[in-house]
Amino acid sequence: MIEVHNLSKHYGSNRVVSQINFRAEKGEILGFLGPNGAGKTTTMRMLTCYLPPTEGSARVAGFDILEQSLEVRRRIGYLPENVPLYGDLRVTNYLDFVGKLKGMPRKTRAASIERVMQQCGVSEVSHRQVGNLSRGYRQRVGLAQALINDPEVLILDEPTVGLDPRQIIEIRELIRKLAGDRTIILSTHILPEVSLLCDRVIIIDRGRLVAVDRPENLKSRLRRALVVELEARGDREGVMRCLRSLPDAQTVEHLGTSGTDIHRLRVESNLGKDIREAVSRALADNGFGLLSLAAADLSLEDIFVQLVTGEDEQ
Amino acid sequence: MSRMLTIYQRELSYFFNSIVAYVVIMMFVWLGGYFFYNLVAFFNLASMQVMQNPLLAQQMNMTQAIFQPLFGNLSIVMLLTMPMLTMRLLSEERKSGTAELLFTFPISDWDVILGKYFATVTVFVVMLGLTLVFPALLSRYADPEWGPIATGYLGLLLLGMAFIAMGLFFSSLNENQIVAGILTFGCALFFLIIGWITPFVSQSTGRIVTELSILRHLDSFARGVVDSNDLIYYVNVSVFFLFLCSRVLESNRWRG
Repeated sequence: MIEVHNLSKHYGSNRVVSQINFRAEKGEILGFLGPNGAGKTTTMRMLTCYLPPTEGSARVAGFDILEQSLEVRRRIGYLPENVPLYGDLRVTNYLDFVGKLKGMPRKTRAASIERVMQQCGVSEVSHRQVGNLSRGYRQRVGLAQALINDPEVLILDEPTVGLDPRQIIEIRELIRKLAGDRTIILSTHILPEVSLLCDRVIIIDRGRLVAVDRPENLKSRLRRALVVELEARGDREGVMRCLRSLPDAQTVEHLGTSGTDIHRLRVESNLGKDIREAVSRALADNGFGLLSLAAADLSLEDIFVQLVTGEDEQ
Repeated sequence: MSRMLTIYQRELSYFFNSIVAYVVIMMFVWLGGYFFYNLVAFFNLASMQVMQNPLLAQQMNMTQAIFQPLFGNLSIVMLLTMPMLTMRLLSEERKSGTAELLFTFPISDWDVILGKYFATVTVFVVMLGLTLVFPALLSRYADPEWGPIATGYLGLLLLGMAFIAMGLFFSSLNENQIVAGILTFGCALFFLIIGWITPFVSQSTGRIVTELSILRHLDSFARGVVDSNDLIYYVNVSVFFLFLCSRVLESNRWRG
């Protein structure tokens, strides 16, 4: 559905996006992840034919974004980041306007407007002016206009930004429902969103593609260091010294003390070493009580930081 | 075509749902009316004075004394009001970010340009149409020559269309409405007074400058002459600026 080949965008010497390659299949939800200014929006603007690429090419829904821009634009729905809608129009009029511009015949338009308003939950504000709507409703009207022509490809730039938690859940559910036989690309800087929604993640940093994989693969691939969290009884210095003496322990961190002598600690091992057993044995041998022990899961935040800072060192 | 019509309808509804069109139309008709009243009052006074002299009285001519100066004055009022109508056309789309959605819809730049152009022309036609009250009022008490009045209005219409094309172009240049308005005003005023330099330049340059002058081409319309030269001039100005506008939209895309 979407094939991106060496896509680049330069402004003078500033490489906003450089040499990005990826594919997205039908029915797939693809997440763009990256810090602000990483080039997510620029990439999306190129895919929606708003900006032409400096180099490289991309095919969306089978058509080239430069050569067959009108065909591409006929088949996409786009929700830009700050949801720019015409505030002076009423919701139904706005959707009708978009439907007309997307070339929908009069007969199907009314039914489509009804359908997307239902889908996006904006029926109850259908006669209000777009400019007077709350952020959550605006976002949903934005989504409704993207969906009106039942596009094959849906491109959503930060669709949940600025919404309250309940609205975020609603929008996410809607996006998941929409996937079906569509291809959806969404960008976000909220990491849990990616693992909740996306089949695959693309991590972009300073215009370069850092990683493409399934969220769970990314996690396992990056579980380089094992982190163990434990609770131990004993004097703080003694416990710390005992753990530090382990050959594979890289760092030992004191997280807190409960009661007088129960300490919560975090131990990070050297690469790829499981030190849970070593920890429990060392503590027992030295006469400290081990109350709990667990391997902490790496969150996507950690992965993200590792990937993005890892690039820094190169 | 249907997409251009959609843009046209949307733009027109914006004009008439917001206060913009009403204020601009009101100012235009009010100032025009004031000029008209003064011209008629003066003509009235002059007529009374030449009553004693039948030879002079025969030379009194409403077209020359009222409508020619009226059209000149209206063109000055247009110079001030047209930038107000055109300044937001494209700059606002860029400022508010709606351009990003607009240009990812499956429509061509020309749909947008022509839709917006003709919507503004429509507002202008309404505005100019309201001033037809002046000759209509006069026809109750006198017998104005309708031919020169019609050609004068045609001239103003063409002039307005040229101003609108100019304004649309300047509105595409910048996302700041005020800048777009001032550039339009400056450019229009310059072409209005460009002829002033004629006595100080060589004959061939003078000829070119005269041909470029907006006012010169309006004069013959006001006198009742429809010259193809003048027609082509105004149509050319419009087409030229609309074309520039399409180039700007295209290049904006490449530069981001």
